[in-house]
Amino acid sequence: MEAVNQNKSAARAIDIESMQRGPKLNLADETACIEIKNFNLFYGEAQALKDINLTIPRNRVTAFIGPSGCGKSTFLRCFNRMNDLIDNVNIQGELLLDGEDVNSPAVNVSDLRRKVGMVFQKPNPFPKTIYENVAYGLRLQGINDRQTLDKVVEKSLKGAALWDEVKDRLQSSAMGLSGGQQQRLVIARAIAIEPEVLLLDEPASALDPLSTLKIEELIYELKEKYTIVIVTHNMQQAARVSDYTAFMYMGELIEFGATDELFTNPGKKQTEDYITGRYG
Amino acid sequence: MATNKSQHISQQFEKELQDIRSRVLAMGGLVEQQVTNAMEALVTGDADLARQVISGDEDVNKLDVSIDEDCIQIIALRQPTASDLRLVTGILKTITDLERIGDEAARIARMALNLAEKDRPKKNYRELHALGQHVSGMLHNTLDAFARFDVDAALQVAHEDRQVDAEYESIMRQLMTYMMEDPRTISRVIDMMWSARSLERIGDHSRNVAEHIIYLVEGKDVRHLSVEKMEKVVKGGE
Repeated sequence: MEAVNQNKSAARAIDIESMQRGPKLNLADETACIEIKNFNLFYGEAQALKDINLTIPRNRVTAFIGPSGCGKSTFLRCFNRMNDLIDNVNIQGELLLDGEDVNSPAVNVSDLRRKVGMVFQKPNPFPKTIYENVAYGLRLQGINDRQTLDKVVEKSLKGAALWDEVKDRLQSSAMGLSGGQQQRLVIARAIAIEPEVLLLDEPASALDPLSTLKIEELIYELKEKYTIVIVTHNMQQAARVSDYTAFMYMGELIEFGATDELFTNPGKKQTEDYITGRYG
Repeated sequence: MATNKSQHISQQFEKELQDIRSRVLAMGGLVEQQVTNAMEALVTGDADLARQVISGDEDVNKLDVSIDEDCIQIIALRQPTASDLRLVTGILKTITDLERIGDEAARIARMALNLAEKDRPKKNYRELHALGQHVSGMLHNTLDAFARFDVDAALQVAHEDRQVDAEYESIMRQLMTYMMEDPRTISRVIDMMWSARSLERIGDHSRNVAEHIIYLVEGKDVRHLSVEKMEKVVKGGE
């Protein structure tokens, strides 16, 4: 009888609450990092982004998905004014980083890009040593103190999960690294100057599956410190790495919400058709 | 949005999903036949038909295993999302319930075999016959709701399950009075009780399938809710 009673209390000791899924992510609970209001972008006459309203939450991974030409990369490039480099681009509306419009004349573009780092589809290391690649941003800022540089290089390479693979050859050329390593090196270079936001434009699409997984794992770790915005063609990747997903189509933001909700029960038929691979 | 009418770009994937859907319906049709035959065998004392039902359960099990395998294949190879994902997981759960309905039909058939050797009561198992018809109808409506992805019909099934439960209660009380009135009937009545119990379980499994249908169509989880709550969740968008 006692044994039975003991069993009963043991059964009760199981903490059911702890086995439930944690509370679902909810945009309402997030703090804003970037707020986009009534945002339009034209290439000459052609409108590439149409009246976009969106809030990118801080310390989360936000993914932009959508078919080719939907404007997601164009949109991403607005975040650090990379579109300034293209002629004939006309922007309307607000894009506020920490409450300040990045397009205001008061904003220094170099400062902005220091705050908003970017990584591209193809790894683009400089033809320098691994060490100098990571130290580059700091040297630009006039920091040349060896000890400081050593510290930052090690910290950044560790942050980009590359340290163990390159620590014995920091003075070799970065061009000798594999594609996956180069991409992580570029991420290390981006985080060396401690940006607030990291923009990733198809960061893994040129990499093999294992390197891709390493990058994805890295993204998961980086969101502790940074707000990450990623553009990807790979929907499964968006589903795996992001907390929130925005689906864009023909320059419009069709749907934005928590990734787990968007991939199991999207609200719009266009989203549904795209993520399930149907004809629109 | 499982009623999505647009076609997949991958024709092969489209075909695979259509194929598991139609096989679930085939399995449902088979299970429905098993239940009908088991009740027929019980009411008419047809031992041959009862044996046929018992051996027929093998086919139900085979379908369960093969549809299950195909669902796992689709998840592994196609990584379905949204309504496709809900369809595949909904089917995985649905076939488990259908398989159990098959088991209950076989159980009723075994009771029918027992009863076929005993004296027939005057009423000829009329109470069980009525409950059986009700449950068969409910199963039929469930499969219909699945075929048409009809949420309203699925809700109706949940309503019917409550009536089935009430009917079951009253049969149990009635059977108890038989035993008290004439203890010689006890052995026969126990078999009847098991059969009634199986029918009630078939009602429960049909309700489960109805819940899976609501999930795969609406993306709303309505398990473990009262019928009223279920309706609220589905209609009110709670």
